[in-house]
Amino acid sequence: MASEFAVELKDVVKRFITPEGNEMAAVDHVTMQIKNGEFFSMLGSSGCGKTTSLRMIAGFEWPTEGEVCIEGQAMGHTPPFQRKVNTVFQSYALFQHMTIFQNVAFGLEMEGVGESEIKERVGKALDMVQLTGMDRRKPRQLSGGQQQRVALARSLVKTPSVLLLDEPLGALDLKLRKEMQLELKALQQRLGITFIYVTHDQEEALTMSDRIAVMSKGKVQQLATPVEIYERPANKFVADFIGESNFLEGKLKSMSGNAAVVFVPLLNAEVTGLPMNKDLVNGSDVIVSIRPEKIRIVENQSGAGIFKAKVGTAVYIGSNTHLYLDLNGSRLKVMEQNRISSLDPNTFYVKDEEVLFTFPPENTLILKKD
Amino acid sequence: MNPHRRAPLVRLAAFLVYVFLYAPIIGLILYSFNASRTNVTFEGFITSFSENTQMDGSLVVSSPCGPFHWYCDLAKNDDVMAAAGNTLKIAIIATLISTIIGTMSAIALQRYDFKIKPFSQLALYIPIVIPEIVMGIGVLTLFSQLFTWANTAFNLSGDARLSMGIATVTISHIAFMVPFVTLVVQARLQGFDKSFEEAAMDLGANEWTTFRRVTLPMILPGVLSGGLLAFTLSLDDFVITFFTNGPGSTTLPIYVYGLLRRIITPQVNALSTVWILVVFLAVLALHILQNRESKERA
Amino acid sequence: MLKRLRENKSAQGTLLALPTTIWLFVLLIVPLFLTLVVSFGGRSPDGNVIFKFTLDNYARLIGFSTDCAAGQSTCFDPLYLQILWRSLTLAFNTTVLVILLAYPLAYFIARANPKQRSTYLFMVLIPLWTNFVIRVYAWMVLLRKEGAINIIIGTIAHWLGFNFVPLEMLYTPGAVLVGMVYEFLPFMILPIYTSLEKIDNSLYEAAADLGANASKTFAKVTLPLSMPGVVAGTILVFIPVMGTFIVSDILGGRQVILVGNLIQRQFLDARDPAFGSAASLILMVLTLIVTYFYTRKFGFGEEIVAA
Repeated sequence: MASEFAVELKDVVKRFITPEGNEMAAVDHVTMQIKNGEFFSMLGSSGCGKTTSLRMIAGFEWPTEGEVCIEGQAMGHTPPFQRKVNTVFQSYALFQHMTIFQNVAFGLEMEGVGESEIKERVGKALDMVQLTGMDRRKPRQLSGGQQQRVALARSLVKTPSVLLLDEPLGALDLKLRKEMQLELKALQQRLGITFIYVTHDQEEALTMSDRIAVMSKGKVQQLATPVEIYERPANKFVADFIGESNFLEGKLKSMSGNAAVVFVPLLNAEVTGLPMNKDLVNGSDVIVSIRPEKIRIVENQSGAGIFKAKVGTAVYIGSNTHLYLDLNGSRLKVMEQNRISSLDPNTFYVKDEEVLFTFPPENTLILKKD
Repeated sequence: MNPHRRAPLVRLAAFLVYVFLYAPIIGLILYSFNASRTNVTFEGFITSFSENTQMDGSLVVSSPCGPFHWYCDLAKNDDVMAAAGNTLKIAIIATLISTIIGTMSAIALQRYDFKIKPFSQLALYIPIVIPEIVMGIGVLTLFSQLFTWANTAFNLSGDARLSMGIATVTISHIAFMVPFVTLVVQARLQGFDKSFEEAAMDLGANEWTTFRRVTLPMILPGVLSGGLLAFTLSLDDFVITFFTNGPGSTTLPIYVYGLLRRIITPQVNALSTVWILVVFLAVLALHILQNRESKERA
Repeated sequence: MLKRLRENKSAQGTLLALPTTIWLFVLLIVPLFLTLVVSFGGRSPDGNVIFKFTLDNYARLIGFSTDCAAGQSTCFDPLYLQILWRSLTLAFNTTVLVILLAYPLAYFIARANPKQRSTYLFMVLIPLWTNFVIRVYAWMVLLRKEGAINIIIGTIAHWLGFNFVPLEMLYTPGAVLVGMVYEFLPFMILPIYTSLEKIDNSLYEAAADLGANASKTFAKVTLPLSMPGVVAGTILVFIPVMGTFIVSDILGGRQVILVGNLIQRQFLDARDPAFGSAASLILMVLTLIVTYFYTRKFGFGEEIVAA
């Protein structure tokens, strides 16, 4: 039976017994639907339940409650070797006692594919990951990046309908990682296979994914496209975890449709923003979230929407300058692009110097205080 | 900077300890070429060859084997050959069984959670924390009570009577060897990433194929060194064998011990020398095996 | 069936561990229990065990002899207590000597460059794997009145013009001590080496950087960090020394009787298994107590597996 969804998690719970004997839900009532041909990422810090979710799809773990469906079929306790998904492991898990050819051929051998076909398909798979001619080497003789490609070829040679990737780029250095990100994305688009990708690196997830599930404490905090997640975070956790945000406390004055007016004591002013939660009530405590890059330093301006602060520290990082402002004892981060050469002494910020700043109110988010 | 260049005292002490370790062994080997029949005093080496052994009192003057007179003598000794045969027979069977069940339990203890796990793990440490003699008299009591009971209950007589022998020695050897195999293999499994097995299953191998094609080849060095350790322990064992052997199941250590309490001829030294040589070669093989493996791992 | 087993990880584990567990249960735990039962029994005239409940064997061990001079029903004979005490002090002395000898060698090996290190280690393994009985015999060859040591000393004395009367070294407590030290030395070298080898070189550099000289570095860094090895080695030496009977049998003649000899004789010559069982339980309890307090104080490292 064909299904619209490649993989579906239906109200899945996974409980473990900790070594101390306590029960802990690693995955806590997670529901998600992953579409066919989609590049789907699960993003979160360690212990958020992303890897456990992936392992339940692969069949290494079984859900305590709920159901994992692959192509519309409930998996129950189906062992991994009877599932049509394949995994690329964080450690690659290449069999050290086998050659590259034997590693890639292993899965086909298990299917009972004939020898000549194995040869042909392994050759193609190695071509695909640009490892032509490496087939007689042992995994130890390859670099980290090459081993990663072998792991990829070993899984893809089986033409799975879904490929699971558990932080596959985690062990590579930054430059290689960036290259591989683009390569993986291109590969996924070319093959049209569903990729489910687990990572703790938000930039990686934002770069590659069609959709992202941001997870924390075993729960899905938000499931949306990269743009939505960045621009319209569902809650304070997501706003804080993805990118950076300044959080200012305030009180909700009024709310109408797509705009809310909040009084922010630190600014001693009212700010208009986008309410992220429908059940906000007038007079309730809220948080105004402003992205650092949305704030601009201005000169010789005054009026509504222009605020005063003192310079705390300025950190020059090449393309940007990170400015930490002291706003009546609270810290406010501002990110400025260095459009002109920073060698010009006029652009220097001096500690305790007074500066003016502003931000477009429509780019602030009003979050419920928790 | 070479740290022990600054510590000549440490070097000297280490050298003296090595002398202490090797002097007795070297002495033992030298005496195996002793001309004296009683081996009480060193009367010089047998140097000349002749068709028949010629004696001068208690001194061997010349022999068909020359300096290796006592070695030739040894080869003609049926008791020694029988004891060597028993020792090997017991060691081979006990090693096979203890390696298999020891590896199984190592996998269980390292990979699974089950009710009797704490008990299984604890039982492994018994042979380490309890003097061997306590184990020895324990199994002796077990077998003798069991056999007395069975022989009366089933009215066994003559050859059918159950008694101590190769079987009891082998069974008891396995009991003290298994923990060592398990601990060695367990140590090996500790550094073994579970994801290798998961990868195999993920690629379509069932549990048995995964074990055969992935787990076993990867832990094989550990299993082999566990097995080799078990084998040497069995060859070497004195105490357990002492309490569980019977007529016809004398092993080499028991045989040598028996000789030491009676007359000692340089034959004992010859036997010891051959034995030391065998051990030397076995340890050398193990050493090379481990070196190669650690090089491959690095 | 297979499907149910596949889903039941706990059953798989139990099944895998079962052969070993049963084997160890039947051949280690059941015998210990039997020994306990027998130790409360008595002895039949033909040397068999009579199952009953009496504390006579234990009473005899702590000195209340049952066969006394005429007219007395009980009398005090500390013979067995002396044997126990002798075994304990011998085990203690052996352990101390072995530590003193093993430590410098282990230290030397651990700090040698890696290539030579494996050769040095190999040189420790050869005596370790040479048969126990053969190693005792080797000392017999050396210690005898006509043996190698006396010959060497005699030759030197002769050169120097002294009159040398060969020393009677065999069949003395000293011979037993030397034999024990020799037998168990490798069991101390390996664990100490293992724990020394684990010490990161940067720790020595850090100590030097912080101003510690060689002896201070040793006292404050090396020694504490190698304690797990010393503890493991002590267990590997102390326990077997307490129970060994071959060394004292061969190098001590019949002069030096230890608990091991006492037990062995009850089962072979004296044919009093009940008394032997009681003695062996006392031995076990004694070693367990020492081990328990020792490891509780210093911890129980993985170094024990190294040997």
